[in-house]
Amino acid sequence: MSRLTISRADGLLSVQDMGRPGHLGQGLSCGGAMDRMALIEAAALLGADTPLAAIEMAGAGGVFGVDAPMRVALTGAPMAAFLDDAPLRWHGCHLILPGQALRIGGVDSGVYGYLTPAGGIATPEWLGSRAAHLSIGIGALLDSGDDLPCGEDPDPDRPARVIEPAVRFGGGTLRVMDGPQTGLFADDVLEAFYAAGFRRGQRANRQGILVQTGKGCFTSDHAAGLASDVIGPGDVQLTGEGVPFVLMAECQTMGGYPRIGRVIPADLPRIAQAAEGAALRFQRLDASQADALWRDDAALLREAAGRCRNLIREPSTIADLLSYQLVGGVTAGRELEDE
Amino acid sequence: MSDARSPEVLPAGPDGVLVRFGLTPDPDAMAAAQVLAAELQDDAPAAAVEIAPALVSVLVRFDPGRTDRGAVARDLAARAERIAAARPVLPDPPRRWTIPAAFGGDHGPQLAEVAEKLGMSEDRAVQQICEADLRVLAIGFAPGQPYIGLLPRAWNLPRLAEMTPNVPVGAVVVAVRQIVIFGAASTTGWRQVARTGFRTFVPDRETPMLLKAGDAIRYAPIGAAEIEGLMTPDGMGGARLEILR
Repeated sequence: MSRLTISRADGLLSVQDMGRPGHLGQGLSCGGAMDRMALIEAAALLGADTPLAAIEMAGAGGVFGVDAPMRVALTGAPMAAFLDDAPLRWHGCHLILPGQALRIGGVDSGVYGYLTPAGGIATPEWLGSRAAHLSIGIGALLDSGDDLPCGEDPDPDRPARVIEPAVRFGGGTLRVMDGPQTGLFADDVLEAFYAAGFRRGQRANRQGILVQTGKGCFTSDHAAGLASDVIGPGDVQLTGEGVPFVLMAECQTMGGYPRIGRVIPADLPRIAQAAEGAALRFQRLDASQADALWRDDAALLREAAGRCRNLIREPSTIADLLSYQLVGGVTAGRELEDE
Repeated sequence: MSDARSPEVLPAGPDGVLVRFGLTPDPDAMAAAQVLAAELQDDAPAAAVEIAPALVSVLVRFDPGRTDRGAVARDLAARAERIAAARPVLPDPPRRWTIPAAFGGDHGPQLAEVAEKLGMSEDRAVQQICEADLRVLAIGFAPGQPYIGLLPRAWNLPRLAEMTPNVPVGAVVVAVRQIVIFGAASTTGWRQVARTGFRTFVPDRETPMLLKAGDAIRYAPIGAAEIEGLMTPDGMGGARLEILR
């Protein structure tokens, strides 16, 4: 088993995958990556059949090394990346060799970057997932000197690839489907909520993200005495003061505050990647409109694979151009005739 | 608006349908939700992937690749209306946990206050908790953390306006006719009446989350000195489980 070493951790780093669904009835939310599209895009780049466990990097990356040749995908929030001194394309996959240092800096836009080894991080699973669930003490933030087991790269010779990422790093419109408690809000409150412009607030973590507006607060007359109900990622929950929080991957499973609706899965990466101050709006969908937009992970992976292409390097950007054997594989061109 | 006799079947996220028997923790609505949850555990709708009971509602998550919202909603509406029309009582519990707990004193610093509000002695208050027909109404908020109820009507004590900054793991707290056992040290607006060595969540235990909605709970009072001996690494705290059906 090969290993990925963290020589230095600069951001908040944790192992994340697609989480552990199926335990709501036992009070455990799914958890997993804040930007699930980043894991899907990484799988597309690496040619994997399903999303792999990765290092989620909030705010900034760090310095990483490997003990065996290993392709890694760099997805999610764009970060400055260098292999030794050579810049690496973000939204791409690259081969890292033992002895080389992969340096990942701070985010250019967005919040969460992802470093995915081609064989996936292979730390022990808990309830079928390797995802750190920090709020309940499962896993921990990664630190300098940590050394993570990885599955073997199934195809280290596969060429470097890049992907056109799904647009999601600068705020924008979040589509919200009506939920069980939408009807507890008066029509004028709903109208005002969907007309207002918001900004991502200062309070944001893996459990939830505050969104703020100068256009009032959004309360429900039914909030007092409401029985606690099942909540989940994407729910737009209004506190007692009528301030909206969008619940995220590590949210609790039950809550007593009313929810105006749920951000659809396709737009959750957009709120996860909205940096503090990013402009956001909400757009209301009914259930049938939302259902028409639903895609399973396999469909999203097929779609992401269609956005990948081989990395063609500009000769002018290659510092050591003369060291490349540019004419390797040239022949007389009669192989097919000889068959 | 929903009440226990006219359940609502509502969209709940891209792959969920929620059946709700009421908006407030009304005993009839709770009973109906428990009956529906129990029925769904044994006989789930086609392509259901998860059943999650809450206090007065049940969430059913389905696989949208194998069925559609309309089919799940129609199935659930038929069941919910049948159950609501029958005015159910709580179903018989499938299992019963007997959980040792030390009441009052350092382990239940607010028991005296609770007893005073109820106009009874501490001993009588403990007796009422231990004799009540208690069920796990729902698991939630944190992994394995039970909402247990219902205590007698007089126990409808509001949450405290002033939060208690830190109750320890295993704290048994009461409010609004319900009991919660905290699985981790917590801030709470509920009143701590006892403490138990029973741990609702131990990640590396074979069954990390032990309790299920519908389980019966019986507290067995123990002396303050006994609890230390029950703080075992398995987190069972001397609890005993009986399978009833």
